[in-house]
Amino acid sequence: MTVDTKDIYKIAAHHRFQWEKAQDCYVILFPEGMVKLNGSAGEVLNLVNGESTVELITDTLSKKFSDAPNIAKDIEGMIELALDKSWIEKVN
Amino acid sequence: MEIDKKNNGVSASTTATQPLWLLAEITYQCPLQCAFCYNPTDFDKHTQNELDTNSWIKVLRQARDLGAAQLGISGGEPLLRKDIEEIVTEASSLGYYSNLITSGAGMNEKRIDALKDGGLDHIQLSMHDITEEINNFITNTKTFKLKQKVAAMIKDRGYPMVLNVVMHRYNIDHIQEILEMAEGLGADYIELANTQYYGWSLVNRDQLMPKKEQVENALKVTNKFRERPGNKMKIFFVVPDYFDNRPKKCMNGWGEVFMIVTANGDVLPCHSARVIPNLEFPNVNDSPLKGAWYDSPAFNKFRGDDWMQEPCKSCSEKENDLGGCRCQALLLTGNAEGADPVCSKSPDRHIIDQAIKDSQNPGVEAKPIIFRTNANSKKIENGDEKDRLAKFHATP
Repeated sequence: MTVDTKDIYKIAAHHRFQWEKAQDCYVILFPEGMVKLNGSAGEVLNLVNGESTVELITDTLSKKFSDAPNIAKDIEGMIELALDKSWIEKVN
Repeated sequence: MEIDKKNNGVSASTTATQPLWLLAEITYQCPLQCAFCYNPTDFDKHTQNELDTNSWIKVLRQARDLGAAQLGISGGEPLLRKDIEEIVTEASSLGYYSNLITSGAGMNEKRIDALKDGGLDHIQLSMHDITEEINNFITNTKTFKLKQKVAAMIKDRGYPMVLNVVMHRYNIDHIQEILEMAEGLGADYIELANTQYYGWSLVNRDQLMPKKEQVENALKVTNKFRERPGNKMKIFFVVPDYFDNRPKKCMNGWGEVFMIVTANGDVLPCHSARVIPNLEFPNVNDSPLKGAWYDSPAFNKFRGDDWMQEPCKSCSEKENDLGGCRCQALLLTGNAEGADPVCSKSPDRHIIDQAIKDSQNPGVEAKPIIFRTNANSKKIENGDEKDRLAKFHATP
């Protein structure tokens, strides 16, 4: 699935995204499963809120991590992976 | 890292990891009498000293602090407890992803609404067959229509629905129709769980075990169903280890991810760990969960691989399955530290082969199934079924 910068996504139905203090990371919870997200995946999904476009998410993270090269590509890749795993779904 | 109880996504370590999964076996009472129940055959003795509501709330808080995020509320039949709504509400406020594992008995409109209001995340409903006859036979109760009704109620309230079908020789040939039924009911997930032989299912092993060809056919049908274009239902097929030549990585490793608290407060690394002799399991009435998980000798006993004997110790595949199931090794060979006899490298594999052979004996169906009832639990505890059990259990 290709991701467009104007796309808006939200956490998929029956899934929950939350910060886990004990694990010190973001996780996705769903029936029979739990995925621990690494730092960058967590940062991206934390901004997937059913309102922000991919473009806005990229802008936000580019400012936050100004020394990271190719961040737009990484973000797209992360969103593609999350879509493929059915953790998120398209809103618009 | 993906932690999924259906795969082997977690590697073993010698230092204790955090528990991620708490299973609350909240009561051993159950109106159903399933022949394949994995609950202990001596469950009746644990029905008098169930933890009260406040103790469960304490357990939920402690496990959450340790890192548990997935919560299964199971039994027995958890809905027999009047305080499930209160427990679910607390679980939700603590941030658990909560799952009610039920036969459907005791569910009604009022309760399913209250559970939703309390924040219950999903419901796993047991199903037995497409026919009323087999459903009622294997559960020894008239519960077929009830389950259909509860499935509709679960979907109507917008819960994700997981159907769990324990497979045995009486329903395994109906797998196509079972999958169609599940899809028709709107199941989001279906677990086709081939019977594993512990507790009551071990007692009834000869009567339950399918033929190898039946299992192979079931797997073929399942894969075909899964690969249909547009399939939306997630299908888990739990392979029967007796027909495999490598054991399962039981519970993803002893004391690695799962923590079970039983109706009477025992803290276990797996459902049937209490069958292992000379292991004293902590109880929440005496010790906080933190100590139980990290420091108790029982939880540390089979962590990592220091405990292993040959052929596991020097086996190049030991990380894949951690030697298999400790309870199965104990129950079938008498040695909890030996290789799971399912493994073709185990010197005891012949025990499994013999069990398969015994179950194919045309005479076995004539022997009565021993259903999971309080009366039968008392009988087994009193030694009334000693001869039958001696056939299955190794004498340590």
